[in-house]
Amino acid sequence: MKGFWPVYKKELYGMFMSPIFYVVAFFFLLIAGVFFNSILRQIIMLSFQLAQNPQIAQNISMPELFMRSFLWNLSVVMLFVAPLLTMRLYAEERKTGTIELLYTFPVTDLATVAAKFAACVTTYAVLIGATFPGVIMLNAIAGSSWKFIFCGYGGLFLLGCAFISLGIFASTLTCNQIIAAIITFGVLLVLWFIGQAKTEVSPVLGSILGYISVSDHFEGLTKGLLDSRDILFYIVFSLFFLFLALRQMSSYRWRG
Amino acid sequence: MIEAEGLTKFYGPRGAIRDVSFEIDKGEVVGFLGPNGAGKSTTIRILTCYMPPSSGTARVDGLDIMEESLRIRQKIGYLPETVPLYNELTVSRFLRFAAGAKGVEAKRMSSEVSRVTSACGLEKVAGRMIGHLSKGFRQRVGLAQALLNNPSVLILDEPTIGLDPSQIIEIRRIIEELSQDRTILLSSHILPEVAQLCRRVIIINKGEIVATDSPENLTSQLQKTSTIVLEVSGPSAEFAQAVENMDAIQKVSVVSLSGTSKFTIETDPSMDMRSDIAALAMQKGCGLLELRTMQLSLEDIFMQLVTEESTPQGGES
Repeated sequence: MKGFWPVYKKELYGMFMSPIFYVVAFFFLLIAGVFFNSILRQIIMLSFQLAQNPQIAQNISMPELFMRSFLWNLSVVMLFVAPLLTMRLYAEERKTGTIELLYTFPVTDLATVAAKFAACVTTYAVLIGATFPGVIMLNAIAGSSWKFIFCGYGGLFLLGCAFISLGIFASTLTCNQIIAAIITFGVLLVLWFIGQAKTEVSPVLGSILGYISVSDHFEGLTKGLLDSRDILFYIVFSLFFLFLALRQMSSYRWRG
Repeated sequence: MIEAEGLTKFYGPRGAIRDVSFEIDKGEVVGFLGPNGAGKSTTIRILTCYMPPSSGTARVDGLDIMEESLRIRQKIGYLPETVPLYNELTVSRFLRFAAGAKGVEAKRMSSEVSRVTSACGLEKVAGRMIGHLSKGFRQRVGLAQALLNNPSVLILDEPTIGLDPSQIIEIRRIIEELSQDRTILLSSHILPEVAQLCRRVIIINKGEIVATDSPENLTSQLQKTSTIVLEVSGPSAEFAQAVENMDAIQKVSVVSLSGTSKFTIETDPSMDMRSDIAALAMQKGCGLLELRTMQLSLEDIFMQLVTEESTPQGGES
């Protein structure tokens, strides 16, 4: 992993210097704020309605319900955000030719991929971290279990890692950033909705589709269920696409 | 210091270089010469471990490019042809990044960056974004980056391309200074530059090495005639006739200007005809204005080598 830190710092700097980040962050936080507000309104309305029905209300935790739908909405927004964060990572280096500079520095290809991934994940953590104050405030006022926040945000983080690694792989495929973003978005969208097809096909195929669906694994985590299978899925998913990115770039070297 | 053995590279079915072999000793400054698309950059990219060869091997400082690519990259300072740089970084930030990537420790970082900054005259633009710099400054930033961590081998791919004359002189001065204690491989298609900077040239054409020697040796080997340039005033018709009748004169061409005539005389290279021609001019009553031998320039050699199909391994000595 020789050369990880300098590349990481450069990527992080490049990320926070690029206008893309600020545009994405602005709209992401705007949308997150709108969701926060509207979901909170709905929950409040619901709790007023349930106040007339104490038996049912006992079994429903309002803060939990809020967290679930808020995180679910954020994860859908991530389908759009992730491609925008990752598209430039390799595509731009290939287009401007700086990849030649980077690849003749004494830095291993693995360190380069890892550093780009880490820098992008750091940016992503900053983005989702910015939605944290509202959640914490709500938690302090309404009272809920930290377990939901921890599981939910942990899940969102892992989901983001998976999205980013796919995006990095897409970025190695082309020197056009827009194509990289479209590939990432398209594949993510398919993997997101593929789980819904599981009832339509044979049970064996259905269980496979359910397993590779990126959204199905997220559902449990938003409910506060810490399942090692879900966590492992995201980790393996991320490593798989980072490995493909590494292979793709070494084949790029051969082809010249 | 650099040994290439039978390097061959295919881009798909298209061969870029075929069986390229050469050796560069420690401390040598070697020019790598060839027309555009001859395979200079491909060879250089293989030597700098950017891309592996399809077949053949190369060693830098005894290390194999395939086996010990990281250690070689540590030793080489490389300026790629198009000078790719991170436009969104400032010059000093970029140099700090490059220094870090090249394994310069944190405590040496500042002194190393300021060393290359002043060596390439970048003090004034250190705080500016690379994307806003002129071509000349970009080239210098590229060179500065290659100098970081004091590499023992410098590989510069067309270092002066696209610069204005004063910038070219400046870059050449920097390269000359650097050549004191380093092995330098310099590619170019600008011949006087190579003749000026390098003690040895390797000429490559269509992916194959056609000659490798010092510029002087190449000149003398390929010189089939020596050319004398002569300018006289006065009655020249009679003189021209007399010159043509001299021994060892192969060809005379005359351009008459107002009152003076310019002669281009091709002679046998083994004899120096200048004193005889001067005496003849006096005898015929012409005023001698100019008389000199014209050296075959590297340009002529180059043109001979890349156009003569009959001498594939021509000037190899």
